[in-house]
Amino acid sequence: MNTSKIINNQPKYINPYLGGVLLGLLVLITVFITGRGLGASGAIKSSVVTTANVITPDNAKENAYMSQFISDDHSPMYTWLVFETIGVFLGGLLSGILFGRVKKFRIEHSPKITSRKRLIFALIGGMLFGIGSQFGRGCTSGAALSGSATFALGGIIVMFAIFGTGYVIAYFFRKLWI
Amino acid sequence: MGPLIPNGIIGSEWDFVIAILLGVAFGFILEASGFSSSRNITGVFYGYNFVVLRVFFTALIVAMVGLMYFDYFGWLDLSKIFILPTYIYPMILGGVIMGFGFIMGGFCPGTSFTAIAIGKIDAIVFTIGLYLGIFIFSESYPLFESFYNSGNLGNVTLTDVTGIPAPWFAAAFTVVALAAFWGTMFIEKRVRKNTKEYKF
Repeated sequence: MNTSKIINNQPKYINPYLGGVLLGLLVLITVFITGRGLGASGAIKSSVVTTANVITPDNAKENAYMSQFISDDHSPMYTWLVFETIGVFLGGLLSGILFGRVKKFRIEHSPKITSRKRLIFALIGGMLFGIGSQFGRGCTSGAALSGSATFALGGIIVMFAIFGTGYVIAYFFRKLWI
Repeated sequence: MGPLIPNGIIGSEWDFVIAILLGVAFGFILEASGFSSSRNITGVFYGYNFVVLRVFFTALIVAMVGLMYFDYFGWLDLSKIFILPTYIYPMILGGVIMGFGFIMGGFCPGTSFTAIAIGKIDAIVFTIGLYLGIFIFSESYPLFESFYNSGNLGNVTLTDVTGIPAPWFAAAFTVVALAAFWGTMFIEKRVRKNTKEYKF
């Protein structure tokens, strides 16, 4: 009883199946217009390459990985995914304002852990996601969602690897969430 | 007809405007579905909230079946769309590392951007982590460059690998997804009955 009350207290989200249909149509429209899917980690990669290229240009150009994304005629920030990601932020803000979820800065965590612990794990989790997305040629958006939607073998591999690992190790990290 | 930009039907000068518009829609859908909350997202791994599975699988069904129809009606030339290249071993490792990142961090990159938009500090820290992770990867790239490029099968689809036509995969996936929607409904109900500390 108590539980259902708490759950009813949650901020109003749209029906997940409606969200899924909209997201699927968006992937479809994106492929139809641009010939490619959506993405997210690529924009952070562009930021890393850009900072390296501004602070230590010689190192960046010598780096076998980053040099692939540096060109003489424009900044590494001038890529499709960076603009798309600016849009993602704006779209999130728009939805947050519309549904009344934009509030002052806060840390969301399980009552069983401290804010500090949450932030430490968020940092480690982010680092791992960043490293993994480079090996995976994309993250949940670019590889798992857009890749699988276009029937790419690599997309399916990444999707199963992410969620499979998640289920295998979830037990050991349960205190972080429940 | 499609894809419109590669085929020159929409000029490439519109590329970045379209990028922002599609991004806005993407961010809006993610936030409105509840992906700006890490505890919502990780619910899929503990059974108290399957919103990730519902949104993700529904999106895949719609996009897969939609692509088949677009191809059937001749609206979209599937040979001209980008197929993610497959590098078997690095992609498995990358997925496993991302799985750890997902459970520890509670976000994936796209969802963390929308969570920043509504004021979550944990999402800001997660994104700083992303930045550091990609920086570490880039700097240590020479150490594993050959592994990073191993298992390269090229830009292959499931059909290229198995010879089974794509519509079969779309149909099979739809059946699996519907079964998952049905099954997880019961799991969620049962787990929620025993969960007390799930509040936003």
